Amino acid sequence: MAAPGEAAVDDSHVGTQKRPPARYWQESEIEDKDGNKVQTEETSSEQSVQPKNQQKRKKRKREVEESDGKKMVVSGQEDPFPGPAPIPVNRLQKFKRKEKVKKPRGRKVRLRDMITRSEEASKMAQKQAARFDLLLPEDAGFLEGDEGEDTCTISQQDIADAVDITSGTKYFNLKLSQFGPYHVDYSKTGRHLLLGGRRGHVACIDWPSKELMCEINVMESVNDVKWLHSEDMFAVAQKKWLYIYDSNGIELHCIRKFNDVLRMTFLPYHFLLATASATSFLQYLDVSVGKEVAAFSTKTGRLDVMCQNPHNAIVHLGHHNGTVTLWSPNQKEALVKMLCHQGGVRSVAVDKTGTYMVTSGMDKKLKVYDIRAFKPFKSYFLPAGASCLSLSQRGLLSAATGDVVQVYRDVWSTPVNKPYMAHRTRGAVWGLHFCPFEDVLGIGHGDGFTSILVPGAGEPNFDGLDANPYRSTKQRQEWEVKALLEKIQPELISLNPTDLGEVDQVSFKQRHQERVEALGFDPLEKEKFVPKYKKKGRSSAGGIERRKKQVAHEDQRDEIRKTVEDKMKMEKEQKEREKKKAALFVNKSALDRFKK
Amino acid sequence: MKVKVLSRNPDDYVRETQYDIQRVPRNYDPSLHPFEVPREYARALNATKLERVFAKPFLASLDGHRDGVHCLAKHRTSLSTLLSGSCDGQVKVWNLTERDVCALSKHTKDLCVEIVVRFCGTSFFTVGDDKTIKQWKMEAPAYGEEEEPLNTILGKTVFTGLDHHQKEGVFATCGQQVDIWDEQRSSPIRSFTWGVDSFSSVRFNPVETELLASCGSDRSVVLYDMRESTPLRKVIMKMRTNTVCWNPMEAYYFTSANEDYNLYTYDMRHLDKPVMVHMDHVSAVLDVDYSPTGREFVSASFDKTIRIFPKNAGHSREVYHTKRMQHVICVKWSSDNKYVLSGSDEMNIRLWKANAAEKLGVLSPRERQATNYNQKLKEKFQYHPQIRRIARHRHLPKNIYHQAKELRVMKAARHRKESNVRKHSKPGTVPLVAEKEKHVVTVVK
Repeated sequence: MAAPGEAAVDDSHVGTQKRPPARYWQESEIEDKDGNKVQTEETSSEQSVQPKNQQKRKKRKREVEESDGKKMVVSGQEDPFPGPAPIPVNRLQKFKRKEKVKKPRGRKVRLRDMITRSEEASKMAQKQAARFDLLLPEDAGFLEGDEGEDTCTISQQDIADAVDITSGTKYFNLKLSQFGPYHVDYSKTGRHLLLGGRRGHVACIDWPSKELMCEINVMESVNDVKWLHSEDMFAVAQKKWLYIYDSNGIELHCIRKFNDVLRMTFLPYHFLLATASATSFLQYLDVSVGKEVAAFSTKTGRLDVMCQNPHNAIVHLGHHNGTVTLWSPNQKEALVKMLCHQGGVRSVAVDKTGTYMVTSGMDKKLKVYDIRAFKPFKSYFLPAGASCLSLSQRGLLSAATGDVVQVYRDVWSTPVNKPYMAHRTRGAVWGLHFCPFEDVLGIGHGDGFTSILVPGAGEPNFDGLDANPYRSTKQRQEWEVKALLEKIQPELISLNPTDLGEVDQVSFKQRHQERVEALGFDPLEKEKFVPKYKKKGRSSAGGIERRKKQVAHEDQRDEIRKTVEDKMKMEKEQKEREKKKAALFVNKSALDRFKK
Repeated sequence: MKVKVLSRNPDDYVRETQYDIQRVPRNYDPSLHPFEVPREYARALNATKLERVFAKPFLASLDGHRDGVHCLAKHRTSLSTLLSGSCDGQVKVWNLTERDVCALSKHTKDLCVEIVVRFCGTSFFTVGDDKTIKQWKMEAPAYGEEEEPLNTILGKTVFTGLDHHQKEGVFATCGQQVDIWDEQRSSPIRSFTWGVDSFSSVRFNPVETELLASCGSDRSVVLYDMRESTPLRKVIMKMRTNTVCWNPMEAYYFTSANEDYNLYTYDMRHLDKPVMVHMDHVSAVLDVDYSPTGREFVSASFDKTIRIFPKNAGHSREVYHTKRMQHVICVKWSSDNKYVLSGSDEMNIRLWKANAAEKLGVLSPRERQATNYNQKLKEKFQYHPQIRRIARHRHLPKNIYHQAKELRVMKAARHRKESNVRKHSKPGTVPLVAEKEKHVVTVVK
């Protein structure tokens, strides 16, 4: 019997079967075919999933029709979008936090139930987050050359002319030749720029509006400058001590415990300022309470190469002997020592996900490491060698060779032979820093500061609760309170930041060892048999020996008995299991139940 | 050359006027939110600390009785009404919102043993030392009218307990025997006896409404079916049970408050072993009442504290005490699951929050969201040592603290001795007995 609903579709005035309506991912495929690869990959993977779903749904639908004999929809039109909208697989993958937990077998019903429920909840969260991804307002920037045109030959002026006026103003040059080579730092939101000239000139600028916040000369040589948690305070490593200034240029602190600092890095979620000094000291300053958290002598000479892993707050130091060492404030020794270069390490950078580390050395090589596995990934040869490295939020690498800054794309995924962009500055490059959430690279050099446009460098969509470039004073104050409340304690810094959320399955052996250390003796150790002293000549040497032997013999017998019992038990269990198996495989007949 | 550079329009990210709320664009990309777990841990730690800071459970003390409060009764239909009877025979009807007496009546000269509100909520029954059962109107007498009971039944023996049926005009009393009464008659329609001992408390099952439980002074808990002429079964324990309370959600579970400082949750179908032994009190437990959700219960003890136990946990999650509260005789969990009421020896009724750190009153949506989020975080990290330590810490009065410690030492000594005996006797002669099995003597059918 044909269902009346189907007949209605056949008789419709359109005549032919309608094509399924276009979905958003199909459009995006057409548009972004020449865009980035990720997008096309996404569509293909997701398309492979799509038909399966539809088939399933159709089948279900038919079943409904057959069982009811008529259709649910009054108009006779089929729902063109049945069920919830499908989510691309790799977008779901982006929000995946954890692998599936193995559920315990046996009688742990409550635990199993709890795991199932939490998995369901996390799945739903993952789906919702993936759905929300579609609503993000901004797309990342890009730069493409014409046919036969290399993108690295395009000059900054051309780009600045081609883009809109506001973006065009982000390419600018500050001519500051007097106080010579400059260090650069952008604040976490990317709104504020800090310049530190070698000869004492320190300036903070609200750079999008080009408004000068403060400008001072500390009358001392400046080794490094760094913003602290907000744009209210910054640290300056001067000739002798470490100083902290506020955004009006007023000196707040002079920290005499931190001397001869050469490089600094700020761990924003821990409120720690890590400093590396010329006396080979690595020190951590908790800026929220003003205490020195840890100080280690690395015993490897002058430390002028430093960076942090933004994923796990481990500090990477580069040394003159070509090694890179990884440090946490909880351990006196380096967590890891890697030999990366022949000759000294000149610069180190770690990407945002904590997967890749890029190093450059005196041997003129640029190397990419997978720092989760501590394995070399790629090695490039740069004719002049890179003095400074910086990684952007979307994984562009900028390397400075002399007075030329080159920007590379995809250094870890594909072998690169040409830079993505290049720019020549007036003097030798001293500091490089990508501006967060903007397509801008700040270059500090001998002749001042240059801000260049690097399309595709910045993360297009910021999170308002984490780092909001457009936040008002009130919002900033609120954020500051929240951030301070959820400050992570320095003890929690470890190579894997998700360790804290996992079950600590310490082996019995390890736990026992810890217990022995804590107690000072082994509580499970068997007491040694000491024969009682007996009188009337019964404690002769021979007698004592005999008694000892008796006890030892008894112990041995016990042990043997125990092992034999265990063995028997195992065998019995094995037999039972086999019996069960055999019973399962034997063909059963209905009449078997009458057998005895 | 094709080029696109990030260029945001500030108007999309900044509020239009100062009367708007601030715009907060979100991006849930995990790579923009590093240190997820440590930050959540820090939040959970803060939430746990704040919970302890805000844990102020004591709300009010209702004073006015001239003798120790002996019994409390919840109103069946009105949340704000509470009935209390004291040792001088006075019965008071309280309005909890105003914390004031709205009616009072005199039952006897001596002791009002038990009060129970009829299921309709318009009248209540009292029993006293004077062998009478009296039925009273809920409203206060009008001006000039004398306070008089609607109905009085004279019994043969002293009554020690009373409970009313959930749906019908039937109530049960206990004393020398357990009697079932019809409201219309002056003699019991059924009476149960098992042995010669007297009974101290009787309770109807709120779900299986024909079932009753009573506790006898021969250390027993007896179960009855109203439709049958003989009791169902009886479990005899090592020490006397003071009261029982049925779980209002799971009809087959009941909890008994025992003289041996413990509470026992039984499954009605398997009386040979309690489902759970609840320990923590350091003196006899006098009363117990379940929360309407059936997930927790509150117990009152002679040790001057009340404790809240989850139904499936061996130890309490909360302990309430004040300097002035003496032996707590009766306790009730309010029908909206928010408050606990306790009546104690020193003539006061105290009103407590069931959840010590909960904020009372209307919560704004954001506040509620934050509370829920914090609750979830606390749950997630509850097993971390630092958080567990803070969450578990309770201040106890010195004597209770020391008594608990002493009990612990005694228990450890007993355990040690037993294991020593086991070690030095023939294997198998001294079996390991689980804590649950230690307290039941026999089950009689």
